[in-house]
Amino acid sequence: MREVYVVGVGMSEWGEIWQKSIRDLFVDAARAAISNAGVDRLDSLYVGCMSGGLFVGQEHIGALMADYLGMRGLPAVRVESACASGGMAFRQAFLEVASGASDVVMASGVEKMTDVSGDGCTDALATAADQEYEVFHGATFPGLYAMMAHAHMARYGTTREMLSAVAAKNHRNGAKNPVAQYPFEITAEAVSKSVMVADPLRILDCSPITDGAAAVIVTTKEVAQKLKRPYIKVLGSAIGTDSIALAQRADITTIKSATIATEKALKMAGKAIGDIRFAEVHDCFTIAEIMVAESIGKFAPGKAGEAILSCETSLEGKFPINPSGGLKSKGHPVGATGVAQIVEVYKQLTGQAENGRQIPKSPTLGMAQNMGGSGASSVVHVLEVAG
Amino acid sequence: MTMFSARNWREYPQRYRLEAVKFKKSGKTYFPPRQVDPETGDTEREMVVLPDTGKILTYTVIRTPGPMFKDLAPYALAIAELTDGTRLMAQVTDCDVDAIKIGMEVRLEFRRVQSEGASGVLSYGYKFVPKWY
Amino acid sequence: MAGIVGYGAHLPRHRIKVEEIAKVWGQDAESYKKGLMLREKSVPPPDMDTITLAVEAARRALKRAVVVKPSEIGAVYVGSESHPYAVKPTGTTVAEALGATPDIHCADFEFACKAGSEAMFVALSHVASGYMKYALAIAADTSQGAPGDALEFSAAAGAGAFIMGMDNLIADCLFTHSYMTDTPDFWRREHQFYPQHGGRFTGEEAYFKHTKGASNAILKKSGMQPKDFAYAVFHQPNGKFPQRVALELGFTQEQINPGWLAPTLGNTYSGASPIGLTATLDVAKPGDMIFMCSYGSGAGSDAFIWKVTDRINQVRDLAVRTKKLLDENVMYVQYGTYAKFRHKIIKND
Repeated sequence: MREVYVVGVGMSEWGEIWQKSIRDLFVDAARAAISNAGVDRLDSLYVGCMSGGLFVGQEHIGALMADYLGMRGLPAVRVESACASGGMAFRQAFLEVASGASDVVMASGVEKMTDVSGDGCTDALATAADQEYEVFHGATFPGLYAMMAHAHMARYGTTREMLSAVAAKNHRNGAKNPVAQYPFEITAEAVSKSVMVADPLRILDCSPITDGAAAVIVTTKEVAQKLKRPYIKVLGSAIGTDSIALAQRADITTIKSATIATEKALKMAGKAIGDIRFAEVHDCFTIAEIMVAESIGKFAPGKAGEAILSCETSLEGKFPINPSGGLKSKGHPVGATGVAQIVEVYKQLTGQAENGRQIPKSPTLGMAQNMGGSGASSVVHVLEVAG
Repeated sequence: MTMFSARNWREYPQRYRLEAVKFKKSGKTYFPPRQVDPETGDTEREMVVLPDTGKILTYTVIRTPGPMFKDLAPYALAIAELTDGTRLMAQVTDCDVDAIKIGMEVRLEFRRVQSEGASGVLSYGYKFVPKWY
Repeated sequence: MAGIVGYGAHLPRHRIKVEEIAKVWGQDAESYKKGLMLREKSVPPPDMDTITLAVEAARRALKRAVVVKPSEIGAVYVGSESHPYAVKPTGTTVAEALGATPDIHCADFEFACKAGSEAMFVALSHVASGYMKYALAIAADTSQGAPGDALEFSAAAGAGAFIMGMDNLIADCLFTHSYMTDTPDFWRREHQFYPQHGGRFTGEEAYFKHTKGASNAILKKSGMQPKDFAYAVFHQPNGKFPQRVALELGFTQEQINPGWLAPTLGNTYSGASPIGLTATLDVAKPGDMIFMCSYGSGAGSDAFIWKVTDRINQVRDLAVRTKKLLDENVMYVQYGTYAKFRHKIIKND
């Protein structure tokens, strides 16, 4: 396999972007990435999108986006793995470049979530769960993570304060991120007092509904060097899966797909979790960040909550998690999230994180973990500073 | 989410009668039934009927439901382990949602799970109720 | 001789008190409590309907029947005035849930409050004729009374189920008698949500005339007298009517007590006398004679004379007793919750 690099990144506005359609959002991010990388061509395009069909009644996203990007004829395909669609699109781009089939590939993700009602959005997101044996019975996404939270609390003594600390920490980081949907700080107390959505999860434990897109240029060493822009190397890329239905998992206090993907990606990178300086993880709910922080092997089962409370995962801590603000503060346009994680890792490794959001002492090794549904699929990338 | 009648009808053996499969090699029971044992790859299997009592492993109380369940809110949803070790998710009904606890004993009852509006098909299946007798 | 092989009942856990309904409509709760002997009634939650009540009652009947395999049931008949579908049988879902399909006959019965006893009569006839080995008769309702109407104080939910057969009986059916005229005391037209009734016309010319008509006829046919019975069960639209008709026919309060459930259950319509019979079988001894008479508006009554066998002692506690379902672990709801449960709140579709 050839070595693979990320050489430029771009994002659209994130939030409730009433004046922009799914194609506008994509084109904004894609053009920003092309301009940022300084490339004059693409060999192919991957678009992560969870549910264009349900959110905007639009499938066939690949060809549509290539057309609106002004690149009719470009090989383009949409990639779907629920909320992990973006991370999976990035992995496809990685594989295409690694295989030698293409030299300049765009990995992107987009979701336009506010063109449907709240009910429509709940329904669309619920398609990532087991329709017949979870959603049929009234499961919602907050509900599924809430069940994991109750089990985690019962088994490990995880507390409300720990959950609230995740949200407060991510908002502290997101307040410094110019693209964040909610770029402001919130107190842990406010999280603890916010309205209950699905016990024990409250509204401020949940990531928001977001419109947005993100794109990165994936390429070879030769191209990256020629472009004379900062670039990073993809050291490891892996996917893990588990049963979609929570009831069928051996252990619902851990995200096995994240463990599988992390172990594989680290092995491919020739690294250990202890080598990684920071991580962007899939904090769709506060409990998810705690469980993922444990599942990737950074903290022992039941120990991540304490670490977050003691600021170990804060920007200045030993192992910053979600310097971008995470899904919680930055927003969660489901198909775009995984690509936006790569954008943040790129910025952190190339020293370009804005507004004092830069992790101190120039980190050289970071990872991104993106997952679908209640954790039935995870995609993990290990990325290293290059040039 | 529109639940067309055939889609629900196809699931009747599971939803109405709790039919599961037991694989020959591993002796493991899976609900809903599947063709291949995820652990051994075995395909030799027989139908078994699940027991109707168990204990709650975890739960939540849904206060912001999807459109099909608005009339029920707040309602509890739980994963329970049945007496044979099989786990399944269902609502917990006929109870004070704030009194549910992990470890609580439950029984499966036949209930209406979804109604497709005022004129569509009715979907029946199982729900947990507190086991009090 | 044909009779009952297994029986079971099911009731909602929720109740609403007469005071709670009276408060909303500015009515006098005491007059309902004293005049009609109604204290509270069962309320089905939104995930419970005639089909689900029927399935649970039938499962209990199967447990008590012990020897009966679902595939041996030749017919399933469900009597109700609240079948969830206008077109599509209740019985098909019940049979499917029990595992009794596909070699089975099925029909839904409707005759106001006696649809359940009609189902019992037909099921008995089928097994007596030898057409089939076992037949399942279910009486189930989630009845509706119009908001503010007198019926709202009584309209309740519940189900009773009986597996009829010729062997392994827990009660022989010794006699039956049906009595019917065209009497418009209570009705619901097509597409109407709530029934209407003839007020006091539902009394003498309706309930009492037909209940007494069937009762006197079956007593004459059998050559028996009220004192020959250990227990008696009547249709119970409220607490008062069955008590009065029992006493006027010569039965005693003690005879009706086990099956006199309306004061705290309300009127379960098709389910009323069949559920009363399940509660009576729960306490009956081998050899006891049980008198039963249903009533359905429109109007008619089905009367039965049952003789309890020795087998009752072996099967009684294979399923939960009816009185336990009625008295224990109940959850009281306020009118708002009741209105939500019973779809009395108007919403856009």
